[in-house]
Amino acid sequence: MRLSKFEPRQAVIAGERKTTSAMIASIAPDGIPTRSAPFGHTLARLAHHRNGIVGLTADLAKYTDLHVFAQEHPDRFYQMGMAEQVLMSAAAGMAREGFTPFATTYAVFASRRAYDFICMAIAEEKLDVKIVCALPGLTTGYGPSHQATEDIAIFRGMPNLTIIDPCDAIDIEQATEAIADHKGPVYMRLLRGKVPVVLDGYDYRFEIGKARLLREGADVLFISSGLMTMRVLEAAKALESDRIGCAVLHVPTIKPLDAETILTAARRTGRMVVVAENHTLIGGLGEGVAALLMREGMSPVFRQIALPDEFLDAGALPTLHDRYGISTAEVARRVREWTK
Amino acid sequence: MADGTTEFEMPRSGSNVSLAERAYRIRRHAVRMGEVQGQGYVGQALGIADVLAVAYFHALRYRPDETLWEKRDRFLLSIGHYAIALYAALIEAGVLPEEELETYGTDDSRMPMSGMAAYTPGMEITGGSLGQGLGIAVGMCLGLKRKRSDSFVYNLLSDGELGEGSTWEAAMSAAHHKLDNLIAIVDFNNQQADGPSTATLSSEPVTGKFEAFGWHAQRVDGNDIEAVRAAFDIARDLKETRPRIIVCDTRMAKGVPFLEAREITHFIRVEPDEWTLALEALEKGRPQ
Repeated sequence: MRLSKFEPRQAVIAGERKTTSAMIASIAPDGIPTRSAPFGHTLARLAHHRNGIVGLTADLAKYTDLHVFAQEHPDRFYQMGMAEQVLMSAAAGMAREGFTPFATTYAVFASRRAYDFICMAIAEEKLDVKIVCALPGLTTGYGPSHQATEDIAIFRGMPNLTIIDPCDAIDIEQATEAIADHKGPVYMRLLRGKVPVVLDGYDYRFEIGKARLLREGADVLFISSGLMTMRVLEAAKALESDRIGCAVLHVPTIKPLDAETILTAARRTGRMVVVAENHTLIGGLGEGVAALLMREGMSPVFRQIALPDEFLDAGALPTLHDRYGISTAEVARRVREWTK
Repeated sequence: MADGTTEFEMPRSGSNVSLAERAYRIRRHAVRMGEVQGQGYVGQALGIADVLAVAYFHALRYRPDETLWEKRDRFLLSIGHYAIALYAALIEAGVLPEEELETYGTDDSRMPMSGMAAYTPGMEITGGSLGQGLGIAVGMCLGLKRKRSDSFVYNLLSDGELGEGSTWEAAMSAAHHKLDNLIAIVDFNNQQADGPSTATLSSEPVTGKFEAFGWHAQRVDGNDIEAVRAAFDIARDLKETRPRIIVCDTRMAKGVPFLEAREITHFIRVEPDEWTLALEALEKGRPQ
């Protein structure tokens, strides 16, 4: 058995050093406008006129932006400690007593460790619990223990659960308000810290269960969610110079899928459908869209931009996003190849 | 009531019925459900009947015709397979009509084999995936405190269930949050699916563990009604900001001697002709 997957390295070549992206790493490239802790600020604001909102976390308030809420509403904040199972079941109990709990942790812990508690204590009972989780997909360089590459695959099979994968700060702000109003359990993937602002340039409004066409294009239809919508918007601009016209359909609600809007966009013939997601290619948006198209008897040229079915490496996020094909440059490169 | 611990919101006509008689009737309802279905966790129901009699006819505050009454005490059944026992208690309490017991475990019945909140009035949570009830209880206790309610949350667990790690997360959490409105009850019948619980994954010393976690812990003979009643009173009246637990040592199939004598297993086998014999045996032991 090999003791390491890598060869021994004596030193890093000068100028090439990239440090491992920490758990609190921002996914915002330099120079892009950002907003700080959009989820935490929005929830804190909402709580002023929605008395039922309470916040619970499993020792990750600071890392899920819930600390903003905790500072503003200390008596409505519950620190549950490093205990995701009781985090979820206690959230269920509070919902039973009429409150609207927002429970936060990392996506890996909610999906892998607390699944049964979310399933039986929350979803089966259709309780009003909002599960908001940081580090979705590949948004940390800490390796598989913290990279929730399969959270959507895990949660898509759970009845009653609404799944949201917002793109940027605007999406997160609007989605937070929407899920607070929504009756029933929700799982929302969270980008935290300094979160890019992208969708302000589009006529965009988040609505649960609705996909939005952000731009039109004749050759490629990107169907994307989460931070990959940022990437495909950038890639679409880059591909203009190659005379490849790209439409972008943003699908922030993974479940229930907005079948009507997706089918309308996909019905326009002659376009390659490229589903882009910050998630393993198994069991996520890509497979959901593929199944939908097949059920409707549609068979466009279909491609997936997604993470491989592997435990991913540790390292710096830019390195890893290139390595696994979800950087803007990689998206554009692959689309050029596919459209040759 | 005279002892000041109980505030029934139910018809007073039955209030002169002894707890022993209530326990007898709970057992009889359970055996009749077993007879209808030809199976069921009758051993557990017979074992826990005395505890349920004390809970529903001494300790809990509730309204039989208004199961979501805000001021009620909440009774959470983690152990979904004990549903037969809780249905029996809810029938005796007037929450469910007695004639409905004949639907136990049948298609589209309000009384499925494993307890689920969406099916049955008075069933507060969906149990069955063991190790969830105590955590839900923690959340309900936190919620009740936010509402400044004086209601208690009771959670009936089993000894086997203590093997679930989530129970201990909840135990730590309840003590940390000083949940003095939480009363956990463990049915310690020393039996789980694969054998005696002490030989499967021992939770002993149970009270010592909970005390170390910061709980007030008692251990009583769960088939001694007076002892159980006293323990419930102590748990309720305690002036300490700690969660409380009552470990009840019970005997499977209690009240039906020929089943008690049978090799005890998680799922006691009862032959078709034995249900009537079981009812007769119960009648023999009926309190005078």
